[in-house]
Amino acid sequence: MSTIILLLITGLGLGALYFLVASGLSLIYGLMGVLNFAHGSFLTLGAFAGWELSRRMGGESWGTLIASMLLGMVVGAAVAAATEFLLIRRLYNRHIEQVLVTVGLALATVALFEGIWGTDPIYVTAPPWLSQTTEILGARVPNDRFLMIGAAVLVLLGIVAFLRYTRFGLIIRAGVENRSMVTALGIDVRKAFTVVFAIGGAAAGLGGVLASHYFGYVSPQLGGSLLIFAFIVTVIGGLGSLAGAAIASVVVAILQQFANYFWGGTGDLMVVLLLAVVLLVRPTGILGKKA
Amino acid sequence: MTNSVTESILTVAGLNASIEGQQVVEDVSFEMLPVGVTALLGRNGVGKTSTLRAIMGLIERSGEVTIAGERVDREPTHRIVQRGVGYVPEDREVFASLTVNENLRLAERDSTPNRQLIEELFPDLIARAGQLAGTLSGGQQQMVSLARALVNDNRVLLVDEPTKGLAPLIVMDVAKALERAAQTVPVLLVEQNLQVVRMLADKAIVLEGGRVVYDGSAEELLGNEALTKELLGVA
Repeated sequence: MSTIILLLITGLGLGALYFLVASGLSLIYGLMGVLNFAHGSFLTLGAFAGWELSRRMGGESWGTLIASMLLGMVVGAAVAAATEFLLIRRLYNRHIEQVLVTVGLALATVALFEGIWGTDPIYVTAPPWLSQTTEILGARVPNDRFLMIGAAVLVLLGIVAFLRYTRFGLIIRAGVENRSMVTALGIDVRKAFTVVFAIGGAAAGLGGVLASHYFGYVSPQLGGSLLIFAFIVTVIGGLGSLAGAAIASVVVAILQQFANYFWGGTGDLMVVLLLAVVLLVRPTGILGKKA
Repeated sequence: MTNSVTESILTVAGLNASIEGQQVVEDVSFEMLPVGVTALLGRNGVGKTSTLRAIMGLIERSGEVTIAGERVDREPTHRIVQRGVGYVPEDREVFASLTVNENLRLAERDSTPNRQLIEELFPDLIARAGQLAGTLSGGQQQMVSLARALVNDNRVLLVDEPTKGLAPLIVMDVAKALERAAQTVPVLLVEQNLQVVRMLADKAIVLEGGRVVYDGSAEELLGNEALTKELLGVA
């Protein structure tokens, strides 16, 4: 029983990380039809920014952790908005060029990060509580999982509130459904594009800082490794569906944890099989809409 | 320029448009009255909808489009709308996952939207303000689509087949709403239902093969059975 509890909560923690990356991917695809392969770079840069702040301020205080999370969000948002404004904006409806540019950017930024911070993992320090455990129904659960879950829930609620209660949110919801009709109502939908990229980048930047604590290190490949699963989560959840991304994040991460523990480390294989099954049975994903 | 402002609210000159490389509008030129309803007619597939979409900048186009004397053909769609062009698309295109009220809020460009006019014309929509637009009937969705255009003060309305697929009773409701709207803003109307055209239109422009083949009085056109049959295929 304690193993099940441990795997469930650890899975939720990992799912929280997937959601932080996948939420931005899903919104960006839903509104703009852009598959952003550079999204992992926003995460990695957020993680490095958080680590740089942490090592300067002393990484063991909660104040430093919160500041590094905020910095990760700001850096992620700024870089994502700049990417949209400088590179993607010229390429809307040119999908092959979008893929080439975002893949190129992802490769170039990883090389840049390796040039700046080296290729080896850099271990992070955190408030001591995060490296301790809490006993729940006999399972000793690492405390950092609670941080991941809490942060992801806050981000989910924040994005939902933004989408539901602000005019930009209204524009984004409408734009996901019918972009040209939003334009035909006199709305410059490009501003919403930039805002969505910034929101996605902020979530990814926060995810980067949290991922560095989940894995215990930051490295130039951090974003790339999480991006693969975030894409899988986005497709399983349904491209453009925030709720779908949240559900799929949890399902994928828990499946991964259980398969790794009970079926000899086959977590990644099971996730890919799940993706194949979903694509065969329900090609639009769990909550995706038909084209 | 001055004459254009006083004589025509919308001028289209040498308009060409294409969709995925295929030409759908060819050298179309016409002027639209600054009052009342101008009907844009023609058989199926002659380019009426494409002409409206080209004016709105929703498809690739060339040629001149002037609104109240100002060239807009190099401007993006949202700027054209902000100049006071209301657009009611074919097939309504309401946002199904938004409520009726959210559809209207999204369309509001001014700080003082014409909510009162909407309440007068479409009281049913006010009662259904919190309902998802995707769950409305076709007629109610058409009301939402019209209301989105009427909620702002526009210089001109482009309305594309507003009665398409609607029950006869609803057709008359829509026609009456348009008649009321046309008292305050000129309307360019694409419409297949000639009864509605007879009821509303002062002027008619007929397209054939993407070109204008008739530009004159709607009454004269529809009063001439042979001409109507020749140009529109129906009488």
